[in-house]
Amino acid sequence: MDDQTTSSGLVTADGQPLKRSLQRAERTRKLTALALVGPLLAFLLVIFIFPIGQMMWRSVDNPQIVNAIPRTLEALQEWDGEGLPDEPVYAALAEDMRADAELPRREQWMGRMGVRLNYELSGARGAIARTSRAVDEFEPPFKEAFLDAHRNWGNPELWQILEREGRPLTASYYVAALDREYDSEGKIVLRDENRRIYVSLFGRTLALSGIILFLTFALGFPIAFYMSTLPMRYANLLMICVLLPFWTSLLVRTTSWIVLLQQQGVINNAAVAMNFISDDQRYSLMYNMQGTIIAMTHILLPFMVLPLYSVMKNIPPSYMRAAKSLGAKPWTAFRRVYFPLTLPGIGAGGVLVFIISIGYYITPALVGGQSGRMISNEIARHMQQSLNWGLAAALGSMLLVGVLILYWAYNRLVGADSLKLG
Amino acid sequence: MKTRTMTALGAAAAIMAVGGVVKADDPVNMTVVSWGGAYTESQQRAYHDPYMEANPHVTIINDDGSANALAGLRAQAQAGNVTWDLVDMLPSDAQLACDEGIIMPIDHDAMLAPAPDGTPASEDFLPGSLGECFIPQIVYSTVLTVNHEQFPDDKQPTTIEHLFDVENYPGRRALQDRPGTNLEWALYADGVPIEDIYDVLATPEGVDRAFAKLDTIKEHIVFWTEGAQAPQLLADGEVAFATGYNGRMFAASEVEGQPFDIIWDGQIVEWDGWVVPADGENVDQVMDYLYFATDTQRLADQAKYISYGPARASSAPLVSTHADLGIEMGPHMPTNPDNYYAPIVLNNDFWADYGDELRERFANWMLQ
Amino acid sequence: MDSTAGDDTAFVRFENVQKSYDGEALVVKNLNLDIAQGEFLTMLGPSGSGKTTCLMMLAGFETATHGNIFLDGEKIDNTAPHKRGIGMVFQNYALFPHMSVAENLAFPLEVRKINRSEIKSRVQRVLDMVELGDLGDRMPAQLSGGQQQRVAVARALVFEPSLVLMDEPLGALDKNLREQMQYEIKHIHEQLGVTVVYVTHDQSEALTMSNRIAVFEDGVVQQLASPTELYEHPKNAFVAAFIGENNKLIGTVTEANNGTCTVQLDNGDVIKASAVNIDGVGSKTTLSLRPERVMVIPEKDMPDHMENVFEAEVLELIYLGDHIRTRVRVCGDDEFIVKVPNTGAGHHLAKGRRIDVGWSVADCHALDAS
Repeated sequence: MDDQTTSSGLVTADGQPLKRSLQRAERTRKLTALALVGPLLAFLLVIFIFPIGQMMWRSVDNPQIVNAIPRTLEALQEWDGEGLPDEPVYAALAEDMRADAELPRREQWMGRMGVRLNYELSGARGAIARTSRAVDEFEPPFKEAFLDAHRNWGNPELWQILEREGRPLTASYYVAALDREYDSEGKIVLRDENRRIYVSLFGRTLALSGIILFLTFALGFPIAFYMSTLPMRYANLLMICVLLPFWTSLLVRTTSWIVLLQQQGVINNAAVAMNFISDDQRYSLMYNMQGTIIAMTHILLPFMVLPLYSVMKNIPPSYMRAAKSLGAKPWTAFRRVYFPLTLPGIGAGGVLVFIISIGYYITPALVGGQSGRMISNEIARHMQQSLNWGLAAALGSMLLVGVLILYWAYNRLVGADSLKLG
Repeated sequence: MKTRTMTALGAAAAIMAVGGVVKADDPVNMTVVSWGGAYTESQQRAYHDPYMEANPHVTIINDDGSANALAGLRAQAQAGNVTWDLVDMLPSDAQLACDEGIIMPIDHDAMLAPAPDGTPASEDFLPGSLGECFIPQIVYSTVLTVNHEQFPDDKQPTTIEHLFDVENYPGRRALQDRPGTNLEWALYADGVPIEDIYDVLATPEGVDRAFAKLDTIKEHIVFWTEGAQAPQLLADGEVAFATGYNGRMFAASEVEGQPFDIIWDGQIVEWDGWVVPADGENVDQVMDYLYFATDTQRLADQAKYISYGPARASSAPLVSTHADLGIEMGPHMPTNPDNYYAPIVLNNDFWADYGDELRERFANWMLQ
Repeated sequence: MDSTAGDDTAFVRFENVQKSYDGEALVVKNLNLDIAQGEFLTMLGPSGSGKTTCLMMLAGFETATHGNIFLDGEKIDNTAPHKRGIGMVFQNYALFPHMSVAENLAFPLEVRKINRSEIKSRVQRVLDMVELGDLGDRMPAQLSGGQQQRVAVARALVFEPSLVLMDEPLGALDKNLREQMQYEIKHIHEQLGVTVVYVTHDQSEALTMSNRIAVFEDGVVQQLASPTELYEHPKNAFVAAFIGENNKLIGTVTEANNGTCTVQLDNGDVIKASAVNIDGVGSKTTLSLRPERVMVIPEKDMPDHMENVFEAEVLELIYLGDHIRTRVRVCGDDEFIVKVPNTGAGHHLAKGRRIDVGWSVADCHALDAS
């Protein structure tokens, strides 16, 4: 008994070491907490963390070349990077292609390597496809046979790409996502001017989101203020009007925008009828940047109004009265007292609107035309049409990092704990 | 008929290592992926309904996923859970999927019905249309269409050249938001002979020339993304010209009575057809369905509902009248000799090689 | 004390003021009220009696439906609140939560474009006045309720208004703090000589602090008088009941002359009382009698100034230290309270015992029947 006391410090009334007893008590509590949080955690892991991780992995994952032509890559190590490689490399390539053709179709890599190489060099896919169909008939010297089969095998650039991208991880998707490419010496340089897209698209996305943020604020602030001064039932009625876009199906919403905004639409017809503009000066309100801005401001307005309203609702009217009784003119009272108190709501609404609009894609695709496109449209295009998932993943990861940086900056400037989301 | 089907199925069964033979009374649900809208409707009436009538145990479920068919096939193959039984897709995507091994190779003569006169399938289908894993179904074309109310009667546009002539033919133009078709037309309108278009486009100078031509009408362009947008824009009077799929334009002008005129000059012709996902659950049934749905009469039947041309030579004489409107469908087919006077056959090999680069260039051009 | 309420020199004047929110019912019915310079006037009444509405009209946050309000001789009906120069302390202080204490106090001076150094010294002076000299950098949320209260008072005074309005400023404080703050506000008032209009529903608060009290009920001032006058000479049954503790006996006037009257209670007992507010012989009346003015009369010892003596039965005794609160049945009333001073000489009160109680005519007021 004495030993126990000295070795483990305090004991409980029945002689158990206090620490162990405490641990046991705590363990139950921790298990309960885990049981409560566990399902959500698992859910998030499966549907959120895991896919995001997979996306980020895909933006650097580069298995096609390594798996398709291991022998060639080994032979290429001897190559000095100048001109064309020598016969052993071509021989190894022929062997790789024949070996690949032996594999069951699902395990073949040659077709996938063709697709992968075509991102870097136009025509590479055709070279692979045509050559791999003919390679069975090839006879040494292979170098000549390859050069005959497709002109690209005589293009040193293709070999440089094979050497550079012949490893399991790649940065090339990020290089492309930044409108850059490798030059013949392997340095990263800006692309031809007429192939640069993404950087300016990122910039436009930020600018559009900023404009939308400003508009939702300019429109939402007075509405939220007015609602906060109304009795509950009128406020609820107004709230329904604000929330209406949430409850309307995208199709209905889009159709009504078209009816309203197009050149032969309601707004233009009214403007012509009232002689504001002549018939050939009709406004272009959709299929361009204006369309995206109008539609997204409409959709995102509730995200600004709701936090603002909930903050304003909780600002007692006595603050404004106090300010006025202390001699402040109404505008001064608003500026110095009321407005600063709405900042948490503005911050929350602003972060929501900005982050959502950065990632929005359906609306711009439908009413934004070309000048109203955002980076997400490009990501969606690579996911669904061009099927360059690596590039889509790189763009998506950059967008994600951008949003995180914005949130971090917001947190540093304003403090995330002041966010009032509802 | 039935015995022959079973013989054909032998090959499929061997490839897929599926044991046993389908019992006629086991209920089967077959998911068929297609483009939706009027197109799926035409397949429903020409293929699905008669097939289900003959095979009461089969239920065909339509899925409108063809716009993203390749992405869907890849995702299902990766997840190891193939839920699509049959997919309608474009030959270019089919070639990619075939290279990746996620769809089944097709032995056309063994698996498909010969023509009524005994011509084997591989010779009956139009030249160049068959793919390693691809069974063509229709010929469709992307055509220029005008709203004739927007032009005076004596100055109606009739050629692709007029699309690029904003001075004499004013009005906005709705073009698809991708390089394919637009670049071909730009060169065609700029005087490049049809047979040289892809050779010219394979050179940097050719690409510059095409974009320079597009630049001349750029400020008059409204871009469309979804197939339904083009006839809509044209009908609303938002644009004077629109490019679009000939079937949709036919539906808008003939079925809905819109004031549209199709300009067959420079129509861009492509196939569309079936592929069979590898590792599907109902492969035997799917092959039985395909034997039925791609025979001469069935392909001719589809033309009763939509103005896409059958992919079999033997079907052409059987094309009759529209099932609801009663009008002759022949004159509305892209392949009708009166319409087929200056076709540009879409070169999938070219787009497989240059598509990535040109798409970037086109996206950049649109953003400028 | 009455002298402070000089009528000629009215600093604040309500003239025939009426207020209605819905156009159907009047919340304030024809208010006429003069407040003298330097006076501490309390508007006292239950909630919904119209007192706060009057204060808000004076501050400019509500407009009178009818009538005029004058401040220092000027009609201010159309003057915006911020131009009235009236300091105000709100119910929940309304300290600006995003400004420090010093910034709160500087606010009224900044909007008056007073220079920086002057602001600084005046803020410090007023902080010292409310004994919060070193808390200027705190945010309001870091202060206790009492400290916030002081800041609110200081802020209403810092720009040296000649009139300060206080709207139930102590309502949120606990009892001890409230009493302490009552004295502090009273002292500040005396020290600065500022005119204060104070709204409360707490009668002891009103009695403690005010020069005069306006008792509000149902939109009407029932009585406007000094605390002593209100307590000693309530004009009607409502005021009698609302201010201080009160025994209430209902009866009929049988005789009235020379300021006194005779009232017969329903149980037949006859009481002599001062006639304060009666309609004449035959009318119903409420007799009001303060519990501390009722004497327990020792046996066989009948003082001559007690015109009314009755036998009572002790029903309940509550020992309260300085006095014993005794509930008795007398004149047919079971709820009659007598406060028996604890003189230390001992007493012979016990539950169930019969005793004699008595009171003078002057202490028994015959009021309206209500």
